[in-house]
Amino acid sequence: MNQYPYWKYLLIVVVMLVGVIYSLPNLYPEDPVVQVANSATDVVDADTRLQIQAVLEGRGVEVKSAEFDGAQFMLRFNSADDQLLAADILRTALPGNHVVGLNLAPATPGWLRAINARPMSLGLDLRGGVHFLMEVDMDAVADNIYERYTSEFRTQLRDASIRYLSVERDADGVHARFADAGSRDEALRVLRREYRGDLDFRTTQSGEVFRLSGTVTSDYLSAQRRLALQQNITTLRNRVDELGVAEPVIQQQGEDRIVVQLPGVQDTARAKEILGATATLEFRLVDESNDPFTAAETGRSPANSRLYFERDGTPVLLQRQVMLTGDFINDASSGIAQDSGSPAVFINLDAQGARIFSRVTGENVGRLMGVVFIETSTETVEEDGELIRRTTRTEEVINVARIQEQLGRRFQITGLESTREARNLALLLRAGALAAPMSIVEERTVGPSLGRDNIERGFASVAIGFVLVLIFMALYYRVFGLVANAALTLNLVLIVAILSMLQATLTLPGIAGIVLTVGMAVDANVLIFERIREELRNGNSPQAAIKSGYDRAFSTIADANITTLIAALVLFMFGTGPIKGFAVTLSIGILVSMFTAIVVTRAIINLTYGRQRRLKTLAI
Amino acid sequence: MKLNFAKANIDFLGQRRIALGVSLVLIVASLLLLGFRGLNFGIDFTGGTLIEVGYPEGVELEEVRNQLEAGGFGRATVQYFGTSRDVLIRLAPREGENTAELSEEVLDVLRSGGPAGVELRRVEFVGPQVGEELREQGGLAMIYALIGILIYVALRFEWRFSVGAVAALVHDVIITLGIFSLFWLEFDLSVLAAVLAVIGYSLNDTIVVYDRIRENFRKLRKQGAEQVMNLSVNETLARTIITGVTTLLVLLALYLLGGAVIQNFALALIIGIVVGTYSSIYVAAAVALVMGVDRSVMLPVKKEGAELDERP
Repeated sequence: MNQYPYWKYLLIVVVMLVGVIYSLPNLYPEDPVVQVANSATDVVDADTRLQIQAVLEGRGVEVKSAEFDGAQFMLRFNSADDQLLAADILRTALPGNHVVGLNLAPATPGWLRAINARPMSLGLDLRGGVHFLMEVDMDAVADNIYERYTSEFRTQLRDASIRYLSVERDADGVHARFADAGSRDEALRVLRREYRGDLDFRTTQSGEVFRLSGTVTSDYLSAQRRLALQQNITTLRNRVDELGVAEPVIQQQGEDRIVVQLPGVQDTARAKEILGATATLEFRLVDESNDPFTAAETGRSPANSRLYFERDGTPVLLQRQVMLTGDFINDASSGIAQDSGSPAVFINLDAQGARIFSRVTGENVGRLMGVVFIETSTETVEEDGELIRRTTRTEEVINVARIQEQLGRRFQITGLESTREARNLALLLRAGALAAPMSIVEERTVGPSLGRDNIERGFASVAIGFVLVLIFMALYYRVFGLVANAALTLNLVLIVAILSMLQATLTLPGIAGIVLTVGMAVDANVLIFERIREELRNGNSPQAAIKSGYDRAFSTIADANITTLIAALVLFMFGTGPIKGFAVTLSIGILVSMFTAIVVTRAIINLTYGRQRRLKTLAI
Repeated sequence: MKLNFAKANIDFLGQRRIALGVSLVLIVASLLLLGFRGLNFGIDFTGGTLIEVGYPEGVELEEVRNQLEAGGFGRATVQYFGTSRDVLIRLAPREGENTAELSEEVLDVLRSGGPAGVELRRVEFVGPQVGEELREQGGLAMIYALIGILIYVALRFEWRFSVGAVAALVHDVIITLGIFSLFWLEFDLSVLAAVLAVIGYSLNDTIVVYDRIRENFRKLRKQGAEQVMNLSVNETLARTIITGVTTLLVLLALYLLGGAVIQNFALALIIGIVVGTYSSIYVAAAVALVMGVDRSVMLPVKKEGAELDERP
């Protein structure tokens, strides 16, 4: 007699129900949505929400539904065309501090959301989007450290009244030169006390010059590198938030790389612009006592001035002494200047910056001040077979204006070319500077039409492959084939349910993994059924054949599946992104198929044949 | 439907010299191909830029090529991808060029003239150092997978079986790669994943045969090693072929319907599974036999096997 205890049947029913419920959300289509966020206050207020709906109604765009989650305002639309139109309308209608993002949101009914049943998220290759792998320039970290110490050394030595000849830096460290050994030893004592653990000091002497060199310790350097990577990730996250992308992924990979995934982003040029560049401002007084045109012609500028150019090419002489750097900027937003009607960036300084700035502007009322925009972007290029990083630093004067009054915490900058540029500058200033330059070492972009095709094709191949296997099994194993088919169907449902529960990302290789699992899942049943046929040929009774068929096939199935799992595990460990997706679905498929192909088919067979004492033949 | 596998009694092991000879020739040919011709590595491994664009109507490749040439991208390789509306443009990494921005420039060139309605389908840019790392990692992944399997089979069976199983796997991988080299099919990350999946699948097949050999050694005490192995291969023949067929059915669906992106992946699996099925029938047992597997070497693990068989 082939009977399962009742708890086993119950278990199967429970698993089946859970599987069906948690795979259900995937059947509901996704709504195209527009998300509106306020980057200044973080909350889209009630007035703006009413304004948004009024504007869209006025333009005849039908909103399916609108949701407010306490911060962002989400509008659902019936079609992608409506969505794009609405986004365009809102981008022009709303003030500059509003971010309008496009997205797809699942239309999962409330009762499913209540039990946390959500659909699988689709990978970039299925929904379209951008994947960047960015590498942080770690050499620049050491450079930055030495640059900071150079000025600190000077201050320290001056404060301690130690006379020095010079303090300079190179790639190996910071070097101070002294005229006598006494000053140097005194300096060593002072500096060592200050920088214990951070720097290693070394003294040398050549002729009448006594040198003291500080080199950064490896512990301190690696700590700084980690910090730089963390800071870059934070900065990237801020910038991506500003781009208005929903569900971005920003993760560390290895020691010096960062993965950035932006689903749904199509404008890769802008994404790269925002992610890759660093921008800051410097405020300098204009050198009004010298003629910038002569300086530009001769190429020689006066001792305490530097030659800059405005956007239209006009030369400007600015004092070397910086009034204020961009480090003190707290917040920046873009808009239109009240007086001139031109694009402007409104800047907020932090307390210390405000103190410095109000002092220096107060001392210089009536004089001209230049705003220098400094943008740094880094790229990796190949030269003579060597990979080198080239950093491009663009410095231009975006605005020269007379200081009308003492400036405080809040002021505005004009002289920008367009509102778009004002927005970008505000964004870069707000999101902060990168700790070290980064470059894109890998990019994968998938357009929306390809994403759609991939879903359709992936789905079609799963469906057709699945049906082919079902037909084959039914023809070849008859009743047992139908039982295997039931198990295979449950297998598919369970894979989808588990992927949904794990909130795994479904990619095209992931679909391939599912397809492959479907083909291989029947293997366990083939093994069992062939065993049963063999037992029948050997003259065993049908009931005995079923029992020993299942029993004997088990160790073979276990061995075979474990070895496949080993291969899947290796794939998971070594693979990146899409390969990992394939490994995950393959592993889940193997584990689930062990359950469905052995336990579930046995249960059905037991229910069908288990009670028949006088069973003479099996339809196998 | 019932194919007559039950009465199958083919002298597979008797043909082992021919089978091993054929395999050896194929392996040597594949190695020569791989050595002299190499693989058509995709940009995942070489670095470079790949741009797929779609047009609303079919386009002439010549037209796209001329357009690119006029825009200063004469070195780009241009080919259809699936249909005549989809065009794949490849650019090898070049010295002193900002590769990250290349894709935008190419698109600008294509948008600025030529057939209207060009649409970006996909961009893949892989920096040269990333490509190098992926190549290294891919090779390592393959080696680690083989070592893991070697250990598992040695533990569950016996080291001679382990050698036979790994020989069959190496056989499958080399011949699959050889076919990719022969037809100059693109070898990218997804194909590598497929090759690793083939390792898993082919091993699955081999294990099933070995399992039966072990069982029969215990059951049939009077027969010689070659007879036992032959019987085992014949007894599992039905399962080997049926599972191969069902897997090939879904892979065929994937190959024909899955779209151009997934085609090489499916093809690698199809080749691998055909070769893998052959190797589990002809190579795996034959190598174990040549290595000197007989009843005596199976005795130490007899108890463990018996225990496992008792499980439900």
